[in-house]
Amino acid sequence: MFDLYGDLSPQLTAAPEFGELALIMALVVAALQTLIPLWGVKRGHGLLMAYARPLAAAQSMFLLLSLFMLGWCFVHDDFSVAYVASNSNTALPTPYKISAVWGAHEGSLLLWVTLLGCWGLAVALFSRSLPLPMLARVLGIMGLVSCGFILFTLETSNPFARNLPSIPTEGADLNPLLQDFGLIVHPPTLYMGYVGLCVAFAFAIAALMGGRLDAAWARWSRPWTTAAWIFLTIGIALGSWWAYYELGWGGWWFWDPVENASLMPWLVSTALLHSLAVTEKRGLFKSWTVLLAIFAFSLSLLGTFLVRSGVLTSVHAFASDPERGVFVLALLGICVGGSLLLYAIKAPTVASVGRYEWISRESFLLLNNVLLVVAAFAILLGTLYPLLVDFLGNGKISVGAVWFNTMFVPISMILAIATAAGAIARWKADSFGRLFTMLWLAAILAVVVAVAAPFVMASSINLKVVMGIGLAAWLIVGSLLDVWRKARGQLSRIGGLGLSYLGMIIAHIGVGVTIVGVTMVANYSQEESVRMAPGESHTLGDYRFVFERAGHYEGPNYISDITRFSVYDGDQLINTLEPEKRRYTARGSIMTEAAIDVGLFRDLYVSMGEPLDNGAWGMRLQVKPFMRWVWLGAIFMAIGGLLAMLDKRYRQRRSEVSGGELPV
Amino acid sequence: MHPQRKKRLQLILFMVVAIGAAVGLLMYSLSENVNLFQTPTQIANGEVPVGRTIRAGGLVVVGSLKRDDTGLAVTFQVTDGAATVPIHYEGILPDLFREGQGIVALGKLDESGTLQASEVLAKHDEKYMPPEVKHALDQAHEDGKAAMQNPASSN
Repeated sequence: MFDLYGDLSPQLTAAPEFGELALIMALVVAALQTLIPLWGVKRGHGLLMAYARPLAAAQSMFLLLSLFMLGWCFVHDDFSVAYVASNSNTALPTPYKISAVWGAHEGSLLLWVTLLGCWGLAVALFSRSLPLPMLARVLGIMGLVSCGFILFTLETSNPFARNLPSIPTEGADLNPLLQDFGLIVHPPTLYMGYVGLCVAFAFAIAALMGGRLDAAWARWSRPWTTAAWIFLTIGIALGSWWAYYELGWGGWWFWDPVENASLMPWLVSTALLHSLAVTEKRGLFKSWTVLLAIFAFSLSLLGTFLVRSGVLTSVHAFASDPERGVFVLALLGICVGGSLLLYAIKAPTVASVGRYEWISRESFLLLNNVLLVVAAFAILLGTLYPLLVDFLGNGKISVGAVWFNTMFVPISMILAIATAAGAIARWKADSFGRLFTMLWLAAILAVVVAVAAPFVMASSINLKVVMGIGLAAWLIVGSLLDVWRKARGQLSRIGGLGLSYLGMIIAHIGVGVTIVGVTMVANYSQEESVRMAPGESHTLGDYRFVFERAGHYEGPNYISDITRFSVYDGDQLINTLEPEKRRYTARGSIMTEAAIDVGLFRDLYVSMGEPLDNGAWGMRLQVKPFMRWVWLGAIFMAIGGLLAMLDKRYRQRRSEVSGGELPV
Repeated sequence: MHPQRKKRLQLILFMVVAIGAAVGLLMYSLSENVNLFQTPTQIANGEVPVGRTIRAGGLVVVGSLKRDDTGLAVTFQVTDGAATVPIHYEGILPDLFREGQGIVALGKLDESGTLQASEVLAKHDEKYMPPEVKHALDQAHEDGKAAMQNPASSN
């Protein structure tokens, strides 16, 4: 069977056709997964509804098979496949051949739908406690989204399209920027997050369709939302980490449209997590929660549109193709329009019962939601504004990092202040007096740390640092003191406080840790670009960088200029660093490989610029204090999310929760 | 008024004021903080005031790159086919910076008409042309055609 094309070329196999066939089968199954269960719900037919689970499993299997086939084509250098030919090369190391599967548009879209299928499978497997009609609706809606995107893949961006009959003997190679560990893991993780928000979306729409927005719905939806949020958090952090070491100039966030496209769903899903808490515990904010779930997923789709259509150009815009843009825009329109229409029809029937006072946990969470949504909106505005101006014919403009920082920093500051208090406030009603008695110590400690920090770092006052560190300390100390108080001073009691609570505390501490990192890096980074020849040295801050020698090196698919630097603190050698300047031979593209000495309190960063005369190089030297804390905070947040997700109340058996269930 | 309604009204008013203020601030600061792209022709025609931060770009003129002997200062010229602008920059040029390539620089014009760049961007794809540069080239091409058809109106 595999030598169908034996007469054309002996190496040619039918693997791409199998892949495409599997994708078409997945489309068919996804269509069935939408139609049969939803029809079953309409007719109240249990057996039809029960088809949702096996169909979701089948869909994910076909998608995985399709993805596997594409990977197979890459590993076996099947350059008859156009996508493989333009993104791989025989000299490419095998791990990168595999990651090249999602190295460009077509394959990353296939990954996108495959992950959607896997989330469907996960819902089918882990929702034993879910009543059947709810499950049927959730999987039905996910099937519908799948249909749209598989159709999009097949119609506009088929990764299996052949280059027949003129088969290239060598591929164009993977973009060298993507030949890196960070890029093996960053896209799948981020996509897991994006696509995972589809589950939260499907739950919200299912609840709207069924007209039941209640605590049970919030409880089912919460762990899924948290899971997607964890992936999103880690995915964004990985992207930032990758940009930091791979782009060669030590920036970790650029307010690039594609970064913004990932930050917006993160902000809205963070709001959603908190709003779901209110809906679950108090039965409030129901329609708002639904709206957030719709927005969060819509922003993921918008991100896909912005990246794929090429309307915004950035490092990430692999291809610009108007047809694709129109298709994604249509999907976005159907998804947002349809769900908002449903919302408009159904939401007025949903009344939130229950009251709360101005000072209460509900109010703080409302503030959290408003701020996060405003922040997401500001970023959306800044991202789309250049498009709008261009569209109106008012010239080509760009919105710089300065603007985004001016918007984002104050909002984050208010949010940080409110977070520590909100986590302590009681539901329904609380008082300033009580909050004050619980927080005065944290406030004093925060002020002390904040004022001390700039003197420790630079022996002079810096108001920005005082504010940043003060807020971080307030958040961290406030959280820790609350744990201490709740555990009544005994370490052994901490375990009994509940995973959900501990998760919240760790995630909030993570926010504080990230704020520390951002503040320190923004204010105390030292950077110099200098001309250096072998034998010369340069002092930056407390460190002396000595250019030992320059050399030459050949990798599997690149040639490289390599230099050797010794870094001294006083007379003590800290590390030798070997930054490289690579030239990838297939594309002839130049890449900067920075060399970094990593530390908890500072990174030393050396990267090569351009060769100058007499063996000298333009070198970029940097000292970046607390750099790791930026991503460490994200890891804390993810761990916090994981703990909250594992809380025992989400693992109740069906019998415990379904007592009051009605068969719709 | 019913206390619950009153509370809801307060809440809605609060949200309206907060969102209104936010949008107002956002729009105001956007209008203050954007960097307009200017083509070499626009700069040569004196349409760009000195000292204002702009973005300018075009193709790097072949043979125009001059390096300082001791430091990292460079000067080069960019063109849109109709006019050229000198750019001065101190620092490390991006990996894809090459003569003949399209680049975009962020900076301020000085008295002599040189752009003092604080940032030079060249995208990480050898096939990629910054859209602004393409726009500048197209614009200059259009102007050139118009000038040929109607020489009297061109100035």
